[in-house]
This record gives sequence, C-alpha cells and structure tokens, in this order.
Amino acid sequence: MSKTLNRRDFIKTTSATTIGVATIANGITLTTFAGTNKTPVTNEKRWGMLIDTNKLSEIDIDGMVSACKKEQGWGSEVHSTGNQKPGWIKKLKVKDKATGKVSNLALMCQHCEEPPCVDVCPTNASMKREDGIVLVDKHLCIGCRYCMMACPYDARSFVHETLSNQKEHMPRGKGTVESCTMCVHKIDKGEVPACVTSVNSDAVIFGDLYDASSKINQTLKTIQSAQIRADLNLNTGVRYSGL
Amino acid sequence: MSNIRFEQIEGKILGFYALIAGLGILVLAALGSVYYMEHHGHFVTGMNNRIVWGMPHVFALFLIAAASGALNVASISSVFNKKLYKPLSRLSGLVALSLLAGGLMVLVLDLGRPDRLIVAMTEYNFKSIFAWNIILYNGFFVVVAVYLWMMFERRMNRFSRKAGLVAFGWRLILTTGTGSIFGFLVAKQAYDAVIMAPMFIIMSFAFGLAFFILILMASYQWTNRPLGDAVVNRLSNLLGVFVAAVMYFVAVYHLGNLYLAENTGVENFILFDGGIYTKLFWYGQIILGELIPMALIYHPATKGNRSTLGLASVLIIIGGLIQLYVIIIGGQAYPMELFPGKEILEGYGGVAQYSTSLPEMSLGVGGVALAIIAVTFLVKLLAFLPESLADDVDDPHHKG
Ligand code: SF4
Ligand code: SF4
Repeated sequence: MSKTLNRRDFIKTTSATTIGVATIANGITLTTFAGTNKTPVTNEKRWGMLIDTNKLSEIDIDGMVSACKKEQGWGSEVHSTGNQKPGWIKKLKVKDKATGKVSNLALMCQHCEEPPCVDVCPTNASMKREDGIVLVDKHLCIGCRYCMMACPYDARSFVHETLSNQKEHMPRGKGTVESCTMCVHKIDKGEVPACVTSVNSDAVIFGDLYDASSKINQTLKTIQSAQIRADLNLNTGVRYSGL
Repeated sequence: MSNIRFEQIEGKILGFYALIAGLGILVLAALGSVYYMEHHGHFVTGMNNRIVWGMPHVFALFLIAAASGALNVASISSVFNKKLYKPLSRLSGLVALSLLAGGLMVLVLDLGRPDRLIVAMTEYNFKSIFAWNIILYNGFFVVVAVYLWMMFERRMNRFSRKAGLVAFGWRLILTTGTGSIFGFLVAKQAYDAVIMAPMFIIMSFAFGLAFFILILMASYQWTNRPLGDAVVNRLSNLLGVFVAAVMYFVAVYHLGNLYLAENTGVENFILFDGGIYTKLFWYGQIILGELIPMALIYHPATKGNRSTLGLASVLIIIGGLIQLYVIIIGGQAYPMELFPGKEILEGYGGVAQYSTSLPEMSLGVGGVALAIIAVTFLVKLLAFLPESLADDVDDPHHKG
C-alpha cells in the first residue's frame, strides 16, 4: 500500500538526500523512496493529453518525436537494428477504410487507467502512479518483457544494448523495459511534457483530466474524442480527436 | 509389487561418461551463449520489440509443459491406482523435475536481467500470472521431491499415494498457469481463446510422455536391463491417445478462431498465408509431429516396434517445439489490430520478422541437455529404476 505512495518521486539525482538509493550509472541514481515534491502525488489529479489529428501536421509529429528523443536521450543506439530500436513515441498514418480519410497521429504510452502492463508484471516494476502516469521502475524490472507482450499499443521498448551518455533524469538500463514517462520529471516540477511544448499550436493539449477548469477537461467536454482501442476498456489518459 | 527391486545403474561404462561429456558440452555452450547475450545485450539475438519472446521461450515453455506431463505416469499409478505403472513412478517424478529444471534455466537466463532473479523471488505482484507461476514452479519441486522421498523411504510408502494426489493436482494447476500466460494478452488475437489453458495440459501429456518413453527405453537398453513389452506397449498406446487428443484440441482451437470474426485475420495467417508459420504449422506440427507419430504408433507394420516408437517420440518432441514456435512467435509476428476499421499505412503493422540466432538456439538446446544430464546422474546416484521390468516381474498377471 504505502509503496505506491512512496514512489511518488521516481527519479532523482545523487545530490538529493534519499533513503535506499542505488546507483545505476555514474552520477545517476534512481530511487523509489524519496520526496522533494512540493505537491504530493495524489489520485486527485489524472494527467492526460488530447491530440487533435486534424490540427496536427506531419512536421509537428516529427518534431514531437525529436523532442522526446532529445529530452529522454533515446534514439542514438548504435547496435540495435530495425524493430530493436526504441520507440517511445512514433508517427502513424492511418486510413479510414470507409471514408478513405487519412490521419496522422503520434502514438506513445497511453497511460491507461487499467494498464495491462502493470497487471502482468511479476515484480511490480511496471507501475502506475497515483496521478495516472505509468512507469517502469528500472530497479525492479527483471527484463521478462511480459509487459511488452501485454501492451495493446506496442508502446514499450526493450533496451537491447549498453548505453552511454544518458540523461541524468532518465537513467535507462540494458536489459530492462522502458516507455513514455509523460515526462514525469518535468510534470513534477510543474512543467509540461517535451513533446507537447514542441508543438506550436493547440493540436496537443496537456493537463489534469479531473480539473474542471483545465483546458483539456473543457475541450474534452465540448468536442468529440476517442480512445484507441476503446473496446478494451483501459480508459487511456491519452485521447485523440479527428480520428 | 513387493517383488520390484530398484537399483542404481552402473556408471562405470564408457558410454555413461561419453553421454555426460557430450551433454556437458551443450550446457557449457548454452552458458557461453548467455554470457555473450547478456554482455552485449539482446541486440545480438533475433528478438526485437515486436518479437519480444524468441526461441528461448519456445524451449522454456515446451520443457515446462513436458515436465508436468512427465509426471503423468506416476499420477496414473497413484491417482488411478494402475499397478502396471507403479514401478515407473520414481522415474516419472525424476524426469518431471529434470525437465522443469531445464526449462527454468532457459527461462531465467533469457531475462534481460537474470542477475535480478532475487527480485523475482522477493517482489510479488499477485495480480500477475507470471508471479504465480514462479510460486507454482518452486512448489512443484517441493511437492515432487516429497513425493519421491515417500516412494523411496519404506516407512513413508503408505503416504506416497496421498503425496501422488497432491502432486497430480499441483501439476494440473501448474500447466493451467503456464497456458494462462497467454490468456492475459488481451490485444493479441492469436491468444484470445479460452481453450489455451486446457490445450496446454493436453500438450504437456503428450510431450512429457514422449520424453519419458525415450528415457525409459534408452536407460534399459544401455544398461542391459530387461524391459517387457507389456509396459512399453501400454505406454505406446497412451502416447497415441494423447497425440490424438492434442490434435482434437488444435482443431477446436483453430475452428473456434475461424468462427470468431475478430480473429479470422490471425487464423488465415497461421493456416493459409502466413508463409513460414503456415508451413511450420502444416508440415511441422501437424504432419511431422502428429500424423506420422500416430501412424508409427498404430500402423500394424510398425506397432509394437521399439525403434519406431522411439522415432515417434522424437517426432512428437520436435513437433511440439514447432507447435510452440507457431504459437509464440507466430502469435507475435501477426500485428495487433490497433485501429479496427482503419488501415495503418505507416508506423506500425505488417508481419514482424524474426530469425533465431545461434546463441538463442544454443540456450534452448542447453536446457534440454541439462534435463537429460540430471536424469542420467540421478539414476546412477539413487535407485530410480527397477532392475527388471520384464513382463513377468512388472505384471505377473500379464498373459503372453
Ligand atoms: S499503453 Fe501500454 S505501456 Fe502504456 S499504460 Fe497502457 S498498457 Fe501500459
Ligand atoms: S519486463 Fe520489467 S516491467 Fe515489464 S513485466 Fe517484466 S519485470 Fe515488469
């Protein structure tokens, strides 16, 4: 019980005073037991995104992918080939079979409220924070990849090789699984995810789904939006409109 | 059955050491492969983010299924009180434990972080069927070990039947657990079938018995102990029945999937246009692994012949590995339906490519080798094998 609550500060640097810190790369530590957050992580919030595929251009999507790579430090793997390369966020082009309408969208971890990846993980490494963000605790992950089998959105990647030059806030480890963190390190500082910032229009809205005064909440109330594979009843945190 | 005498095998013969050495090399090659894969990372394997479970999982799940099936011979004797099988119970327990050890070795050594095994043993998510399986596998070792002890220890003999019952119940749950790994993968069409778990149980019966028959025949042949036709023919018939049952379940599974509109995609893929997977399914699994063994077992010309029974068992094992390959790799290769009613033009989709790498293969084969080494050593160390299974010893009522 208390474990989930204590996991609120997911990633911290060595400079912070923490309990039960373990080093995973030079100068980088990952802890599950700390709290420098001004505002505690509670289930009164639910972070989410709304992506409007009518407004989102292909250039926007490319920009989102690059922003994610830059922020989180993935994409410069040298040995991984083809499907071995990580893909925290990817560009998809889909065509409606009935109308022929083609839409472009960015697909990343949907931060499901009922995440299959969390249910199947044997060690609780795959976990959901109180505020709905789904993460992998890289210390607990044994690399079994069951979560990758279970994710309906192909959102997770396995680190297939030894990495260097990692970001301090995002330690990644060979042999473990990773996926979009919704830039939790930024959210916890009151900032907005990197991919959202990279788009210069309101094609991507980020915010607290529960907060009635938030832009995302209000927009969702007025427009038609959808969840991908809504039939699976996972209640995703990432929503799409114009699909 | 008081006239059954169990005895260790003689381990002085050259063949014994040659066998151990040969298998030992395979195990060492597997460990070398693991070091290579873990040192470099999984990029040196054929696995990727779409085919996340590769050849090691094929071997691991195959061996785990076979392990629970190998216990059947003991279960038939203890649960259904069939006297003919009683002298085989000890060996049955031993083969079961050894196959499980081999399977778990492969499963664990293919983890991204096998060094964190301790985490898997201490951190449990009780919602995860994987976590339950870890408990079931560990429990299987304990339950079967206790069962064996009760069979070995004269004072405990009277409890052995009860222990056998517990072991039987445990193995059914264990195979259900293994089959259920797939049941939780909601978005993968290939695994969207309730029949997966019972199908795994039946598969385990056939695979486990095939291993058991091979080990039994080989150990009696190589140690020059008498092995009567009564036992062998009974086991052979049983094997035929199990293979027929597997075919029945496979048919129900595929017909059921064809009928369900949302799964016809993956069905057409496996049965008709899935390239390598379709070929493996028809030629490997169905013809090589099921029809030919059935013919060998039941055809009057080959019926009762030990060499052909051995061949049938080998084919069932190969066919079984192919079946798991089709299920595990084929099921992942076929893309998930991300947008029902829409076509994905770019970014995802298509059949994922996988070609197994040498180290993966070597790890899998090493698991089989480990299991056989364990059996070979232990039949030398402890009295697992009756010194004679000639017809008049094993089944005094057997008529010519
Ligand atoms: S999208 Fe996949 S990885 Fe993300 S929460 Fe859902 S199941 Fe887990
Ligand atoms: S790969 Fe890691 S996060 Fe995923 S299920 Fe296994 S232990 Fe959990």
